[in-house]
Amino acid sequence: MAIPIRDDENLEMNECSPDEIKKEILEKYPTKVARKRAKQIVINKVGEGCEVPEIQANVRTIPGIITQRGCTYAGCKGVVLGPTRDIVNITHGPVGCGFYSWLTRRNQTKPESPEAENFMTYCFTTDMQEEQIVFGGEKKLKQAIQEAYDTMKPKAIAIFSTCPVGLIGDDVHSVAREMKEKLGINVFGFSCEGYKGVSQSAGHHIANNGIFTHVVGLDDTVREGKFKVNLLGEYNIGGDAFLIEKLFEECGFTLISTFSGNSSIDKFANSHTADLNLIMCHRSINYVAEMMETKFGVPWMKVNFIGAEASAKSLRKMAKYFGDQELIDKVEEVIAREMPAVIAAQEEVRPRCEGKLAMIFVGGSRAHHYQELFREIGMDTISAGYEFAHRDDYEGRKVLPTVKVDADSRNIEELDVHPDPDRFRPRKTEEEMKRLQEEGVEFHDYDGMMPEMGDDKMIIDDINQYETDKMIEYYKPAIFCAGIKEKYAVQKSGVPMKQLHSYDYGGPYAAFQGAINFYHEVDRMVNSKVWKYIKAPWQESPELAAKYAWE
Amino acid sequence: MKKAASSSYTSTTNACKLCKPLGACIAFRGIEGAVPFLHGSQGCATYMRRYVISHFREPIDIASSSLGEKHAVYGGGPNLKLGVKNVTKKYGAKLIGVATTCLTETIGDDVPFLLKEYKRDVEDLPPEEAPILVNVSTPSYSGTHMEGFHAAVRAVADQVATEAEKNASVNVFPGFMTPAEIRHLKEIFEDFSLDETILPDISDTLDAPVLEEYKKIPEGGTPIEEIRRMSGAMASIEIGRTVETRLSAGELLNGKFGVPAYKTGMPIGLRECDAFFELLEKISSYETPEKYAGERGRLVDSYIDAHKYIFNKRAIVYGEEDLVVGITSFLTEIGVRPVLCASGGQSGLLAGAIEEVTKGILPESPVVRHGVDFYDIAEEAEGLAPDIIIGHSKGYHLARRWNIPHVRVGFPIHDRFGGQRLLNIGYRGTQDLLDRVVNAFIEKKQEDSPVGYGYM
Repeated sequence: MAIPIRDDENLEMNECSPDEIKKEILEKYPTKVARKRAKQIVINKVGEGCEVPEIQANVRTIPGIITQRGCTYAGCKGVVLGPTRDIVNITHGPVGCGFYSWLTRRNQTKPESPEAENFMTYCFTTDMQEEQIVFGGEKKLKQAIQEAYDTMKPKAIAIFSTCPVGLIGDDVHSVAREMKEKLGINVFGFSCEGYKGVSQSAGHHIANNGIFTHVVGLDDTVREGKFKVNLLGEYNIGGDAFLIEKLFEECGFTLISTFSGNSSIDKFANSHTADLNLIMCHRSINYVAEMMETKFGVPWMKVNFIGAEASAKSLRKMAKYFGDQELIDKVEEVIAREMPAVIAAQEEVRPRCEGKLAMIFVGGSRAHHYQELFREIGMDTISAGYEFAHRDDYEGRKVLPTVKVDADSRNIEELDVHPDPDRFRPRKTEEEMKRLQEEGVEFHDYDGMMPEMGDDKMIIDDINQYETDKMIEYYKPAIFCAGIKEKYAVQKSGVPMKQLHSYDYGGPYAAFQGAINFYHEVDRMVNSKVWKYIKAPWQESPELAAKYAWE
Repeated sequence: MKKAASSSYTSTTNACKLCKPLGACIAFRGIEGAVPFLHGSQGCATYMRRYVISHFREPIDIASSSLGEKHAVYGGGPNLKLGVKNVTKKYGAKLIGVATTCLTETIGDDVPFLLKEYKRDVEDLPPEEAPILVNVSTPSYSGTHMEGFHAAVRAVADQVATEAEKNASVNVFPGFMTPAEIRHLKEIFEDFSLDETILPDISDTLDAPVLEEYKKIPEGGTPIEEIRRMSGAMASIEIGRTVETRLSAGELLNGKFGVPAYKTGMPIGLRECDAFFELLEKISSYETPEKYAGERGRLVDSYIDAHKYIFNKRAIVYGEEDLVVGITSFLTEIGVRPVLCASGGQSGLLAGAIEEVTKGILPESPVVRHGVDFYDIAEEAEGLAPDIIIGHSKGYHLARRWNIPHVRVGFPIHDRFGGQRLLNIGYRGTQDLLDRVVNAFIEKKQEDSPVGYGYM
């Protein structure tokens, strides 16, 4: 690759077929690595029954290959429990883990009043020292809990274990029980040591288990509202949840709890009283939904509020579930009110964006959801993949019975959940559920990303830096979406990079208003002229005059 | 003077330090063709990458041995070797800097031995397939990112420098400076006609132009050949008053090869800069070039101009110990009273260094606290009535709570643009810093005014 200057007039698509590209990428790997990666790089083909090729996912990353993935602690503390404002989260371990997860995901929150608790801007850690490694850290942990209680007086304290904790044998759960009794507040621990599992995904599962065991169902108060829902797997990055909350309110839905954007522990405790669970990020939160259904009878459905069409579709599905005509009408009214501005924005940017290519490598759901937004302005997601998702997020839940459980996943506890003798209450009769399903309202199902992507699209699981370079070289996308770690490397290749973890300090992108924000943001990025100025006119470069990077 | 005291709490709330391997990764990144490698769980590499990147707005690849539960039980040796091999193949690294993490330190992996075994296995390979391997022990449960930084620099000097002929070069261990500051250092040495080897040199590797094609390992960094010859240098200059002897690369080269070692503070403010330039005169036998006399003169002139805006204002300074000492020294000169100097670091040298740079000027010595977090800093500040805080982004909440200006220096800066380009060293950098400090006060005064004066 020579000098990467974007010049759209001179930009021609590479003639390589996806098969050839895959072959070329794999050629550079040692045989063993190539064999493994071959199963994680798949060329999509959607069959008549929406069946897609099998992809290998949720397997260990190869050492020394620089990955996007984080660790179990990051998934548990950073992702799932991080956005809850009134739990004091104590990281039990050396100072780094707590520091690096200190509000770095840009989760926003809105305390009920200026005086209300918000611990999200704090970072509590036991700051483990050598002494604790040698003699054990339980004593220091207890002191840390006591101090947090004395200074903050929170209603709950959660403990998150980092690598050394499991190795030296600290029992955070017994410490939690002891301190819970002593302080009279809810204290619970998570064994989310970084080395468990293959990525942050293991941490999501551990967080789900903990929150379900220690919090969900503690408060049976039935709140007012006719159409009560929980929103799961929405973390309020850049204020996404605020827009969705507003939309729900306008339509007449009552939001009991969000897991976990703009959330509070009291809402978790009461969440089992809702009548429907809505799942945004299937990967990180489906466990809680499954367990809530088994124990309390709350059914769940997959929704998506990324993309205007997807938002409208999700609202209609929700209204249909409740089956109330007034609600259905209200939902239509809200959609009708929101859509003109959306369409105007689409029409404005489409001439400048249409036909351009996008790539998305992020998360466990965003790589799927954001394709909607690109589609709405005529852009094509030529390649996508998840950082930490499982096969069902790619191929759909129909493959769940065939997913191989490896040693790493077996390490994560599966809770044995049964219907609650007093509180289990099916929200719909079997006939009602059946009828709804016949009308196209799917429950506890997720079709995955691949069936919605066309044939010949490259699907790459756990993409690494080398493959990223190669994909950019072959496809010259107009925009590449990933996280901050990839951002500056991609941009040095002459391709704008949109962060879809923290939104590049922008957002919100959810629902209708968010979609409009995103269209404008993408328009700004893919049509920026800055790339043309990389070389100064006085920098004579014969190779530049002769050819462009990809010619 | 009040005695330095550490935290009164057992736990840490809002830490004022980062973990040890992060410092090592930044130091390794400043060596030509080097890839930092963390032996541990992959989350460490991911977290540190995202953190370093958010400050520098530059890519940084940190490899990992990606240990899982199995390896935590049976040892991480095979993963370490496979990882080193893959980095060699995919990156063509000239040097791989292997830092340990709390995981591998706790399970007791013997990294020097494992790497020795690996080197034996690749003995017959050509040099491009067998990079230099440097290892450093950086358990996150002891020390801060600065100890990791210094330990990595020392490990490189120890493991790469070999017996070499005496030469006229000068070794420079700058500590954790910004890329812009390293560039300025180079300029100064060039102006003194000195042949310097700056270790580490992050001036290009963590602040690269967009000009070139994307390179997996950016150009720049301390040339490995020069590191090899450090043993024959005519002198070593170690910058930073709080670098402990056990972590000092200068002392190491002195002990091992007899290279004279000079220590100097971070050249921030008149007096520390004067001392620095004096040292360069001594080593080079050249007089300070006119250019710097001009910069110095303008700086003193601006001290006089600035006085009316800043005299007797009260400041809290926090962050890395060496930087805190440098900033405090500067503030003392310009008539601002440092009332609290705080750091998460625990070299044990902070209080003494602050005493050195403030004595004879301040009517009252500042409170010095080491090993503290922002909760301690906030508690300590009660009653100190600060007018300004100076330090990295994590102190923002205090500035917001107290409604006072916050001038950002140090690491990490992720709520302002251009942290990697800040220049605080030398007369020129001090000038920059002074302007920012003065303007912070003026801006505050202007914003608080109900009238909205446009002439301040």
